[in-house]
Amino acid sequence: MYATSVVQVGLYGDVGAYTAAKGGLELQLTATQYFIGLGAGMLAGAVLATALAGILGMGMLGLRGHYFAIGTLGLGIAAAELAAGWDWIGAGSGMVPPQFPGAFDRTLVFYYLALVLAAATFFTLKRLRRGRFGLALNAIRDDEDKAEAMGLHTVRYKTVAWCVSAFFTAFAGGIVGNIVGFIDPRTVAFAGVTYGVWMVLMTVLGGKGTLWGPVVGAVVFHVTQELFWTYLLGWQRVALGLLIVLIVVFFPKGIVGYIRDRWPEKFGYTVDESASGADAGTAQQGGTR
Amino acid sequence: MSPLLEVNHVSKAFGGVQANQDISLQVADGEIVGIIGPNGSGKTTLFNSIVGYHPIDQGSIKFADEELSRLRVPHIARRGLLRTFQQTRIYKQMTCVENMLISRPHANETLPSMLADFDDADYQEANELLELVGLYAKRNLQAGDLSFGQQKLLEFAMALMNKPKMLLLDEPTAGINPTLINGLLERMLYANRELGITLLVIEHNMRVIMSLAERIYCLAHGQLLAEGAPETVRNDSRVIDAYLGGQ
Repeated sequence: MYATSVVQVGLYGDVGAYTAAKGGLELQLTATQYFIGLGAGMLAGAVLATALAGILGMGMLGLRGHYFAIGTLGLGIAAAELAAGWDWIGAGSGMVPPQFPGAFDRTLVFYYLALVLAAATFFTLKRLRRGRFGLALNAIRDDEDKAEAMGLHTVRYKTVAWCVSAFFTAFAGGIVGNIVGFIDPRTVAFAGVTYGVWMVLMTVLGGKGTLWGPVVGAVVFHVTQELFWTYLLGWQRVALGLLIVLIVVFFPKGIVGYIRDRWPEKFGYTVDESASGADAGTAQQGGTR
Repeated sequence: MSPLLEVNHVSKAFGGVQANQDISLQVADGEIVGIIGPNGSGKTTLFNSIVGYHPIDQGSIKFADEELSRLRVPHIARRGLLRTFQQTRIYKQMTCVENMLISRPHANETLPSMLADFDDADYQEANELLELVGLYAKRNLQAGDLSFGQQKLLEFAMALMNKPKMLLLDEPTAGINPTLINGLLERMLYANRELGITLLVIEHNMRVIMSLAERIYCLAHGQLLAEGAPETVRNDSRVIDAYLGGQ
């Protein structure tokens, strides 16, 4: 999953950002034109990124572990170099998304756009997690060999997962490109010191493999970042690094993961003492427990 | 009638070690067949060859008249030939019910069915099978928290959930206490008689295999040593030699 995140920023984030930016090229746009361009651009970006994830996924997701990480890293580099060499999208000098029309408050518009996207992502994932898809991914995480031995279409599930994340990350990329106001191909592909690492960090902080983990992680991350920035100016990155180490050492499963392990009953991991369920009719046979 | 599983002259070597040499065996539909042999005699290698875990050097493996030796693990599993592992493998961070639900058959998987919810029938079946192996009360516990014996039972139930035509069990009773073994024995017979699942079982526990299997193959040093009814194999002097190391 770390590797996926790397590629998501590296590849889909910037693909999305570019297409959204391409949505309207004329400089002076009316509000209507701007928002149509933005909407169409983000949608096109999402579709393109999803399709690309599907195609690349079929090839890449047969790899596992370190090989997958290295492979996706390579994809990220390739994407950056391709973008940096392509004149049509500004090549190495990057690209400036169309100017925001003056009639609205820019920050507010993108704030709500991002909020809607976050909510949409959250509820879509919540829905997907509940069904076969969620369990299949969990199964692959726990033991991929076993999943294969049980006949699970592991590559197919992983490819769909990649497509889903590419879809949402592309929207995020479109928004980020417009917020920042300038897209530098190499920085976007390797946002090492910014959201490239942050994204993974938020997930690890909150608890990977959980629904609320990344949400909690993002909140905790930003709050601590602000605190460090305010009170430990000059040392804020050191403090942040220290926090990461502490989290990884003491809470390897993240905040939500830790809470779940600490109070498993609250999450429904209980022994059912009434025990004789189903209409199976088969009595509890002795000597089985 | 042609046998359900047909292994013909299969050989497999790892470097200089000849793990399987010219092994042939047949399992008819509905049968329970045992494989015995000392440690390192190539039993698990044979299982791995059958389910497509590694390619074989020579020979052919047919399941329901279809050649398997070129297919890979998940494809073979979807055709209804399933194996359990000697070192029990379950999904440790998922609950027992979840372990069961995700083990439903995957033969006809489409995008809509991948994204679908589980329906009541799935839950019903999962619960019934958990009941069968006596884990119903613990269905909401994480599978990794179960004892080793219970994990083996869970793995067995997961295999049944997959509705295989044939099940290869690799030492199903290893590491399980004697009381539990009796329960497991009953359930293997139940799976065979009531659910119509053909069984091929690797087993070291002689009492278990003698009362379970209708026919037994004995391997030693990668070669097929003897085959026949449990009584015949047990009294075969070559088998006794192989186990006791005599000449």
